[in-house]
Amino acid sequence: MRVEGVVLRVRGDNVDTDVMYPGAYLNIEDPAEMAPHLFEGFDPTLRERLGDGTILVVDENFGIGSSREHVPLAMKANGVRGVVGRSFARIFFRNCVNLGLAISRCPEAVDGAVDGSRIVIDTAGAVEIGDVSFAAPPSPPFLLELGAAGGLLEWTAARVRG
Amino acid sequence: MANDVSGPVAFRAMERMGAKRVFDPARVVMVADHFMPAKDAKSAEQQRRLETWSREHGVTFYGQGRGGIEHTLLCQEGWVTPGAVIAGGDSHTCTYGALGAFGTGLGSTDIASCLALGSFWQQVPETIVVELTGRCGDFVSGKDVILAVLAEIGVGGGTNAVLEFVGPGAEALSVDERLAVANMAVETGSETGIFPADETVAAYLDGRSRWEWTAERSDDGADVRYRIDLDLAALEPLVALPHLPGNVQPVAQAAGIPVHQVYIGNCANGTLTDLRQAASILAGRRVHPRTRAIVVPATQAIWREAAAEGLLDALVEAGAMVTTPTCGACFGGSNGALAAGENAVATTNRNFRGRMGSPDAGVHLANAWVAAAAAVAGELVHPQEIA
Repeated sequence: MRVEGVVLRVRGDNVDTDVMYPGAYLNIEDPAEMAPHLFEGFDPTLRERLGDGTILVVDENFGIGSSREHVPLAMKANGVRGVVGRSFARIFFRNCVNLGLAISRCPEAVDGAVDGSRIVIDTAGAVEIGDVSFAAPPSPPFLLELGAAGGLLEWTAARVRG
Repeated sequence: MANDVSGPVAFRAMERMGAKRVFDPARVVMVADHFMPAKDAKSAEQQRRLETWSREHGVTFYGQGRGGIEHTLLCQEGWVTPGAVIAGGDSHTCTYGALGAFGTGLGSTDIASCLALGSFWQQVPETIVVELTGRCGDFVSGKDVILAVLAEIGVGGGTNAVLEFVGPGAEALSVDERLAVANMAVETGSETGIFPADETVAAYLDGRSRWEWTAERSDDGADVRYRIDLDLAALEPLVALPHLPGNVQPVAQAAGIPVHQVYIGNCANGTLTDLRQAASILAGRRVHPRTRAIVVPATQAIWREAAAEGLLDALVEAGAMVTTPTCGACFGGSNGALAAGENAVATTNRNFRGRMGSPDAGVHLANAWVAAAAAVAGELVHPQEIA
């Protein structure tokens, strides 16, 4: 899975899913309605800087806490295509993979990322920023398969169809 | 397993997968608990969606007033057995490790796929062994055990690993205390936190478990990421200060912080054990004028047991509000949100900024003795100063 976009740097370690999508709005089921609440308890001004093709570049242990899929759903609904970070909390990482977002752990790329730079995530094992390529741990084969399918929904749909 | 928050999002994904029915209705449980009772019309729609879907698919459904908070409830109702693999649409599904099950929290698309196919993908986690020795002293409980682990490894130290609690100290903990410990395994980043399926678990499951089970544990000589040794006898009551569960200090060092709300309940610490601890402090005393106390038994059954023991009456007499089982204010849903500038002491599991209401409120996580003592004193205090 190779995804190209534009860097939006989100700073801070241990950013939790409560601040990214407060619990009061968990009574929403439609991603389009989730979109305006993204980052509400963290930095709502970030929303204005999201656009089609944004790739978030984040710090350590991003996405801790709740399993609420509202966070990556609201990201997608705001045009986010992928996330590059120093490290991720496990359920957030899974949710991104399942929703077909490109997600890569690559601290060196985080160090080199500047807002507005062109960035490419290749889940086979690289992050490119401008002309510089950083090695990243390759996704395991099954996750590459999920990415190629478009996400877990599409992967499961193929199995349901038989 | 899913609830009124994760369920409807999963049902939508399952429909888009083209799946018409669940893999096995006998192995699917839905629980109304997050916005229960509904806080507004939208939440009421979600509750209706959960109920309608559950009836359509013939799965077990615990509706409003028929169950309680999912994790305490599923243990109580015998759905959780040692060696079982349980996927839950809630991060605190790791609570099931208390009974030796691999319970793990997943997002809604994972749950949808699981409902359709009966399986989920999983990278094999490493193991962190937590060897517990000794016994908890006065006013020290399971909550302090997991807070001590958080103090040691932090909120990311368990990522891509499972905590395995072993040793005589683990076997000395009651099931309720193990629930409190396993519940917050996810706060270390862990996938789950597993206790041995020992005689305590067997006695608890006797007449309760819905499946045959066999005890599982790591093989001797299995690879581990690292080991932690914790002497329970050396622990004192702890508190996680705002705004991170790993921000842990002894209560004695944090004493004097004014407290506006005390919240005793949730899937970590809304058990009969917690209610007994709270009542042992509050009975015959009064909640401080500056403070409001909210007590939330985790399930209908616990509510009734606590009532029969006279605990609820003692709590209400002291000036506490006893409410129906609900996830409620723990996740900022309803039932006790905080205003700007307020401090809470809660027996819950997360104190992220804004978690229980205003982003300018501070949540302090502690055991039920500490919470009840704060209710009496109007400030954080070591319970021995009150009792």
